Amino acid sequence: MSILVYTESSKGKIKKASLEAVNYAAEIAAKTGTTATAIIINAGDASLEDLGKAGANKVLHVNNASINASDSQVLTRILNHVAESEASSIVIFSNDLTAKAVAPRLAARMKAGFVPGAVDYPQTDGAFTVNKNVFSGKAIATYQVNSAKKVISLLPNSFQVKTDAAAVAATNFDVPADLLASRIKVKEVKRETNELSLPEAELVVSAGRGMKGPENWGMIEDLAKQLGAATACSRPVSDIGWRPHHEHVGQTGIAIRPNLYIAVGISGAIQHLAGVNGSKTIVVINKDPEAPFFKAADYGIIGDAFDVVPKLIEAVKKFKASQN
Amino acid sequence: MKILVCISKAPDTTAKIAFKDNNTAFDENNVQYIVNPYDEWYALVRALELKETLGGTVTTVSVGGTDMEAIIRKAFAIGADDGVRIDAEPTDAYFVAEQIASYAKQGGFDIILAGKETINYNGSSLGGMLAELLDMPYVSMATKLDVAGTTATIECDIDGGTEVLECDFPLVISAAKGMAEARIPNMRGIMAARTKALNVIAPVAADKLTEVKSYTLAQGRTTCKMIDAENAGSLIEMLHNEAKVI
Repeated sequence: MSILVYTESSKGKIKKASLEAVNYAAEIAAKTGTTATAIIINAGDASLEDLGKAGANKVLHVNNASINASDSQVLTRILNHVAESEASSIVIFSNDLTAKAVAPRLAARMKAGFVPGAVDYPQTDGAFTVNKNVFSGKAIATYQVNSAKKVISLLPNSFQVKTDAAAVAATNFDVPADLLASRIKVKEVKRETNELSLPEAELVVSAGRGMKGPENWGMIEDLAKQLGAATACSRPVSDIGWRPHHEHVGQTGIAIRPNLYIAVGISGAIQHLAGVNGSKTIVVINKDPEAPFFKAADYGIIGDAFDVVPKLIEAVKKFKASQN
Repeated sequence: MKILVCISKAPDTTAKIAFKDNNTAFDENNVQYIVNPYDEWYALVRALELKETLGGTVTTVSVGGTDMEAIIRKAFAIGADDGVRIDAEPTDAYFVAEQIASYAKQGGFDIILAGKETINYNGSSLGGMLAELLDMPYVSMATKLDVAGTTATIECDIDGGTEVLECDFPLVISAAKGMAEARIPNMRGIMAARTKALNVIAPVAADKLTEVKSYTLAQGRTTCKMIDAENAGSLIEMLHNEAKVI
């Protein structure tokens, strides 16, 4: 028996969301008296030691260039194979784009009860229950998993990442070639480089139509850079092409829950809130005192972005200087 | 080309969310149900566009009681050719996937489309489960879908970007924003919807792997601390000292 946790690397490092998922798996393993096994596919030169430091008791590396990682069917076969050979009855994912494709497939294959986007540790005394956001963040549902096997994907940024456990040497794990047959061909990959991944970012500066035009985004990027934050935007702004589609947060875009979300010139439509209301602290800057977003904020500034944002940039610079 | 579109219902986005029976059930009182937006705007409308340019049929499939029929007729009014209602309470995604897979196995569909998630349970589960039960490739969060011959070309979101994939029929796709624009049914469509075939079939046995035991409303933020715009810089100290996020 063990708990299997699926992890990924990006740009030579284990993804932060993966480390969080390993923490989560290790905690459940400790609660249920078992161990956590992390699995990673084609990690390249990423330091696999971090998986042990995050709490994995065992680290398996599947190194095989012929794996089509864009095919959820292939990843499902591999993970099912590993889960069987490790006798894992619980499989953990971070609820990212890979998990959205693979986790439900794997759950169906294992006949495992699936809880997508868990926000808390499961209760394991008696019935196995896990909390998950429903109604686009307006409520939380407690799911009971009735099956012996379980697949859970953890909503990223639910917990602070800890890497204080002992490093574990990774073991190479070979998968049978017949699991790798793929009907999906990858024609093109378009990836933005040198940007902080939005779902993983702890600090996010977001802006909307109040910025009046794409040429005014310089100060938003500057504020984000000073804070070490990622940039995001509202739906209208990505629809009219002021900002790239992948920056769009909200109901139809991506849902994020950073520690700090600063919204500049965004009125706060219910669909936008659905994508950000899990953020720990929300700051709203808007010149309209009636903007509905103020009702969902922790801090508010009524004022013109063109006046307020430069003041914030100066204040962050001063703050950073005082910290040194 | 035969396309199957999975349609579910969801409360209108402005519906008040409340629970009843000691917080164990969603309170449907005064709730207006709509076609789940991702199923309608993106999956169904793109299926119809493909049918209109390339020929073929668009069938909808839903799991639910008689109250689902108004939702299915709405899909008919937008342009679906016919629809199937599997007569069972949709208890969880796996149960629904088992029902639809059982129906789809006999259908010979080339493409099976679903919305990326429902706006009430936000699970993003059905497409993947269905693909697994049918042993088909699955592309999730697709933002573009084109078809040439018997090959689908799909653009989908990946971490920090997008990728373009190609896959021969049959396959399962979940549709995200970008795939199509919303369509408003016209009077002819609404009239035609009444006479289109809505077949009701019995469910198959399936395990209840999960169930919701209780609901809690998310805690709203109680107070918003207002900061004078003249003194905007003081926010940064507050974020450090009070909120402790920087």
